[in-house]
Amino acid sequence: MNEFAGSQYLIEVIYLIASALFIMSLKWMSSPATARHGIWAGEIGMVLAIAGTLLHHGIVDYKWIAVGLVLGSGIGIPLGMVQMTAVPQRTALSHAFGALCVTLVGTAEFYLRTPDVPKFMMSVLSMEVILGGLTFTGSLMAAGKLQEILPQRPITYKGQNLVNFLLFSVAVGSAVYLVLHPEAKQFFPLIVGVSLIFGVLLVIPIGGADMPTVISLLNGYAGLSAAAMGFVLNNKLLIIAGALDGSSGLILSVIMSKAMNRSFTNVLFGAFGQVQAAAAGGQEARPVHSATAEESAAILAAANKVVIVPGYGMAVAQAQHKVRELYDILSKKGVEVRFAIHPVAGRMPGHMNVLLAEADIPYDRLIEMDEINGDFPQTDVALVIGANDVTNPAARNDASSPIFGMPILDVDKAHTVMVIKRSMSPGFAGIDNPLYYLDNTLMLFGDAKQFVGAIVRELSGGH
Amino acid sequence: MNSNLIDALFIFMLACFIGFEVIRHVSPLLHTPLMSLTNALDAIAVVGAIVLVGERKSTFATVLGVIAIVAATSNVVGGFFITDRMLKMFKSSRPTK
Repeated sequence: MNEFAGSQYLIEVIYLIASALFIMSLKWMSSPATARHGIWAGEIGMVLAIAGTLLHHGIVDYKWIAVGLVLGSGIGIPLGMVQMTAVPQRTALSHAFGALCVTLVGTAEFYLRTPDVPKFMMSVLSMEVILGGLTFTGSLMAAGKLQEILPQRPITYKGQNLVNFLLFSVAVGSAVYLVLHPEAKQFFPLIVGVSLIFGVLLVIPIGGADMPTVISLLNGYAGLSAAAMGFVLNNKLLIIAGALDGSSGLILSVIMSKAMNRSFTNVLFGAFGQVQAAAAGGQEARPVHSATAEESAAILAAANKVVIVPGYGMAVAQAQHKVRELYDILSKKGVEVRFAIHPVAGRMPGHMNVLLAEADIPYDRLIEMDEINGDFPQTDVALVIGANDVTNPAARNDASSPIFGMPILDVDKAHTVMVIKRSMSPGFAGIDNPLYYLDNTLMLFGDAKQFVGAIVRELSGGH
Repeated sequence: MNSNLIDALFIFMLACFIGFEVIRHVSPLLHTPLMSLTNALDAIAVVGAIVLVGERKSTFATVLGVIAIVAATSNVVGGFFITDRMLKMFKSSRPTK
């Protein structure tokens, strides 16, 4: 017994060190200069924790552990090598895997312990499998939508919120019953099953533009379910890691929903895109000014200050490398080029920053919305590439717009606005954008990658 | 048992506060790598699955546990790997100027 207690103390000390390393890891993420130390801290903590766990006195068989670790690494390596444009769906998929692990362990623990499960234990165990189950299927749905295996448009039907609410109540109700009557173990599969269905139905009505919030929220749920698992196993390292992940996900969701001027409940139960599609129906075609690549090149070459506003469309067109060429050639001509990043541009928090960094654009050129908005009146050209709603002035001055009140990039205040867009059809969210009809706006019709390429050719050909 | 529970709640509460403070200071530039990093750290749940499989208490538990190890390990490996790839790309313009 003493021997066992000895190895247990060692494991606890290792977990203590790992917890400290995890916290340092996140702390170093505060700046790009130190962020890579953060990875090292996280990796060392992780290796220590896993190695320490293998010393656990109860472990009698290492064969299947080894099989799991090897197989998991085999899946993990290709998942770590995906294209940067595929990062949102990869992230959603990894939330699903994390939640799957938590749900399976929770299920196994229940059947090992039942019917002798204390009330508190049963409560956290239920929380673990409810959050884990809904995060698992919800994240799979999100990944499917982002990978475009599933339709990105919100899928809605009458009474949707009522159905979701009832399902969630069934899951929580069964959990409460099981806490009070530990012998009623037939309720456990019901809790897991209903949570899995709930996860699917929860994400089905959510449109692509809301993905940044939803991914963050699922990130938070995955963390909280892991923390609940820590309570079940009385594992302090797991509680800490889960709490860190949970708070990170929740903070990001708050930032994302603020950037869309919406509440959590609105994102989850609003089915935003549907309302907008209806609102767009009545719009008539109005005259716009358009320009060719040659004309745009001349305007850009004559500018002193240019702000480029990237959006999801840039990612879809894979235009980021052409945008870098444009950045290079304009910088060489002495034009000050900066990038304005809206918090919800793209499909996950920070999506645009990663794509532009991949194209070798220095990160000190990427400016957040609040910092750059005051500079637009002194900006000669604002070049919008694949962004739509985040530049829509209706959010500022049209109370009837579905996005009224959402903070936007004030591109319309620039001397000239250029918008690269395939056609006048309303964007993903289906809202008409009055920006396109302004006198200082030039529409550049075409594919973002080809159009930016054409501008670059004009600029380099002229000199 | 009860004191364990109270200890655990204290730890959870403190970790949440630390989490909020630390994450609040993460640059919005790095929100994507932050999410993949926290996801990798969260996969520490693998330790629960390892103990579950190693103890071999029932075939059912072992099967679920092995799947859980595979899922979590893929997050550990893939998560750290892609976070590192992303962070390598973030370069400042200042040193080259």
